[in-house]
Amino acid sequence: MTDLIEIANNLRGAFPGAVQDVIEFRGEVTVVVDKSAIVEVATYCRDTNGLEFNMLSDCAGNDYYPDEPRFGISYMLYSLPHNQTLRLKAYVHGDDPTIQTVTGIWSGANWLEREIYDMFGVTFEGHPDLRRILLPFDWTGYPLRKDYPLGYEEVQFSFNHDRVQAKKPHPRE
Amino acid sequence: MGVTQKLGNLGIVTTTLEQTVNWGRTNAMWPMLFGLACCAIEMMATQASQYDLSRFGMELMRASPRQSDLMIVAGRVSRKMAPVLRRLYDQMPSPKWVISMGDCASCGGVFNNYAILQGVDEVVPVDVYVAGCPPRPEQLIEGIMTLHAKVKGEKIADWGK
Repeated sequence: MTDLIEIANNLRGAFPGAVQDVIEFRGEVTVVVDKSAIVEVATYCRDTNGLEFNMLSDCAGNDYYPDEPRFGISYMLYSLPHNQTLRLKAYVHGDDPTIQTVTGIWSGANWLEREIYDMFGVTFEGHPDLRRILLPFDWTGYPLRKDYPLGYEEVQFSFNHDRVQAKKPHPRE
Repeated sequence: MGVTQKLGNLGIVTTTLEQTVNWGRTNAMWPMLFGLACCAIEMMATQASQYDLSRFGMELMRASPRQSDLMIVAGRVSRKMAPVLRRLYDQMPSPKWVISMGDCASCGGVFNNYAILQGVDEVVPVDVYVAGCPPRPEQLIEGIMTLHAKVKGEKIADWGK
């Protein structure tokens, strides 16, 4: 089994412009990649002997609002032959929330990327079926963005009962 | 059944149409098989032998809205589920009643957020609210008996309204 730090440094050597940072925290290694190179680096991770990260176990989004670049997309890679885990991470700017899809590399990324699109509004270019997956299709907004309104209704107590009640929708029979 | 008069051993009971119909509706009220969250577990317990909802003529949870009179909304209703719930309600034949079971169905409960309906009374008219998180089977039975009392008090003049 190759050491993860060694793998990350090899990646840095193979893609000198693309790999921006290597972070190690409690045995977990994260390779921060420029978003334009994510497909190249991911393909390299899957196909190179000694790496063979042939499974995308998870793909997740973060919102670092109000910092820029605002969104972080993390790819949790897993290598079945070598039983090791590596995380790739790409930052996406809030003004242009797009990144290349990795569905061509791991087809399991399809629904994971749809969920990120649903919750954060990050568009995955080249995705075969980019629709909302959890929310209704006519939903507006992206709920896991930090500037999305958190609550929905004022909590009803006895002192504000009538005011809240007046705003409530009521069904027809 | 309100026995107004019984004559000898002829076996004839006279009563009013209103009382007969309400008696029939009350004692064969079939709930719809419709559970949304953890309250559904308590609803199942209410059905099971320990609490035995059959005592009220409600042993049949109907899997089809066409055959049910009562919708027990057991659990939180998400915004995506709301149109489905309304559609099921519309498919039930009249007369029909709705029990909102538990805090989430009644007012959103702890889920005051964008995804959960803040009370199922936003989409369907509710007859009885049962509080609790989740309500114990006794509480649900109390809610059902409250509904029975309501149905027994319905007037012919109000039918079809």
